[in-house]
Amino acid sequence: MNSVIFLTIVLLALSSYFFGRKKAILIQSNKRLTALPKFYGYYLAIWCGAPAFLLYALWSIFEPSIVRFFILSDYSSQGLLEGELNLFYEKVKSLSRNQYSGELTAELQRSAEKYLNFRDIAKWSKVVIVLSLLIASTGYAYTKISNNTKTREPVEIFLKGVFFLSSLAAILTTIGIIFSLLFQTIEFFQVIPLFDFVFGMHWYPAKAFVRDASEALDPSMYSDTFGAVPIFAGTFFIALIAMCVAIPIGLLSGIYMAEYASKRLRQYAKPVIEILAGIPTVVYGFFAALTVGPFLKDLGLSLGLEVSAESALAAGGVMGIMIIPFISSLSDDVITSVPQNLRDGSYAMGATKSETIKRVIIPAALPGIVGSILLGVSRAIGETMIVVMASGLAANLTLNPLESTSTITAQIVVILIGDQQFGDPKTQAAFALGLSLFIVTLVLNIVALSVVKKYREKYE
Amino acid sequence: MNKIEAKNVDVYYGAKQALFDINMDIEANKVTALIGPSGCGKSTFLRCLNRMNDVIDICKVSGVVKINDYDINQKDTDVVRLREKVGMIFQKPNPFPKTIYENISYGPEIHGVAQSKSEMDNIVEESLRKAALWEEVKDRIHEPGTGLSGGQQQRLCIARTISIKPEVILMDEPCSALDPIATAQIEELIDELRKEHTIIIVTHSMSQAARVSQNTGFFHLGKLIEVGSTDKIFKNPTQQQTQDYITGRFG
Repeated sequence: MNSVIFLTIVLLALSSYFFGRKKAILIQSNKRLTALPKFYGYYLAIWCGAPAFLLYALWSIFEPSIVRFFILSDYSSQGLLEGELNLFYEKVKSLSRNQYSGELTAELQRSAEKYLNFRDIAKWSKVVIVLSLLIASTGYAYTKISNNTKTREPVEIFLKGVFFLSSLAAILTTIGIIFSLLFQTIEFFQVIPLFDFVFGMHWYPAKAFVRDASEALDPSMYSDTFGAVPIFAGTFFIALIAMCVAIPIGLLSGIYMAEYASKRLRQYAKPVIEILAGIPTVVYGFFAALTVGPFLKDLGLSLGLEVSAESALAAGGVMGIMIIPFISSLSDDVITSVPQNLRDGSYAMGATKSETIKRVIIPAALPGIVGSILLGVSRAIGETMIVVMASGLAANLTLNPLESTSTITAQIVVILIGDQQFGDPKTQAAFALGLSLFIVTLVLNIVALSVVKKYREKYE
Repeated sequence: MNKIEAKNVDVYYGAKQALFDINMDIEANKVTALIGPSGCGKSTFLRCLNRMNDVIDICKVSGVVKINDYDINQKDTDVVRLREKVGMIFQKPNPFPKTIYENISYGPEIHGVAQSKSEMDNIVEESLRKAALWEEVKDRIHEPGTGLSGGQQQRLCIARTISIKPEVILMDEPCSALDPIATAQIEELIDELRKEHTIIIVTHSMSQAARVSQNTGFFHLGKLIEVGSTDKIFKNPTQQQTQDYITGRFG
């Protein structure tokens, strides 16, 4: 039913465009219009669609809670708890869909009928009211159309509003996410001291499972459980390995593409490098876990080294390969945008190509290159799948790249896979980790963007 | 003696011919001006003299360009040595994004001229003095060269070029991005520099050519129409086209 109403509104709005334009064209035959006929069409279409759609949307949002209020008002005097009311209402709803399999009572039966009744009333009154608003607003706008109606301005204002709402939605979502992280994190820190989280040396969230759900929370049993040092260390360690792979290869290939490669080669090679960026990280993950990991293990055996099949080296190395295209492509762009006259100046001094690159072009492009590296680092810190698949899940505090270690992102996965219980420190730990990760990458991005911006100012 | 002799020089950009059979001799320790309307090939010819056209992929040069009686268009010419001997100043000042000091020390460093820090300091000071910039920047030679004014930047580029004591200096419209006062300073400098260097300057200002040069070559549509002493070219040209251009009838 809802989709039918929605489609009807859209179709009517579209057709009213043609009516509006037609009327304008008719007027045009003997009077001058203030705007092109299509603006009269848009004008009528907006008047037709926008109010009806707005009402329809608001109605759809508030209908369920209004119906619920009417159903439950019969029981409000019985002094039931909020939870009991909720349960009862859920029962009513499933009974109305004939999906209820529990014990039937007369009350339940009566409420379910009432519920169906209300739903019907609501549905039809919605159709009638929305459509009559649509007709009224369209009629009003249609009669208003004359040769000197202002149509361009309302259309522009409407469009401005649409753009504004879109960006508002994006911003509100961001703020919403930050706050949901924040509230859960605050709750987490009410049980686990901040100090233990930031400086604790043992990360062992599985210990929190041991608690019987009926037992009261006892903060003392969580001591030595949520110490984040091992996973922060693991995160930066794996990111470091990744950057050791990505920075040299990415930067040098970027320089090659920008300075040495012929146009033809560049035309083919650049998209191939950029394909690396399009490979889903889960594919990198099993590449790391099933190819690189065992290969390193065998290699280690032949050298007499003990290498874990799931090692930080495998995960970091493959992550580095994933990041190569970001650094390569960005630094290529930055180097290409260094003005040609600097190159000419250097060549005219008798400098060779490599001297020019090393002493003039790289210094000139350095802020941009640093920016691209910082963006690569924030990718490395945020990467999840490769670590989950290739580096194990045990949060060892180690600096040996041949052992397995774990990262913030991988631990969030570990915590939230399977049974979760809201309000439990174990689940809330994920939010605390998420917020720390968010802060780290946010800072990195801000630094990277300001560095890149500084670079732009220098040459523009 | 002629410093530079160009014989039968043709230049192509892809399929388009930019220079047609140029023959020109350039005298040592004089200023030679190349004039002509836009797109006539005067800058292209200038870039033949230190093989800067090598930088452009599609550009092909043929013919003989002899500097000190050595043909620089041979396959085994060491371009690095050549450009050490033949410096170049560009239309737009292009100091490197480094300090003033580093801008000057760049050339001596890559050519291994200075043996010690104090020797390098001397080269930097001497070059800046010769470029008439020392007094203006001596207190801030460790600040970025890009922070100077346009005229100062161009004199910095000249100082950079003379730091490795080239025999020839090519100037590609060195004053076209500068104001009249900066232009006058550069012109004065050019006259000073000619004592130690041979200078070839491309300009589209005829009055500038008349002011700074001893010899002038007039280019039109990729051909060298006429070359001779500046006096003769401006007062008594032999070709009608030169006469028309000098008197402002076209170009």
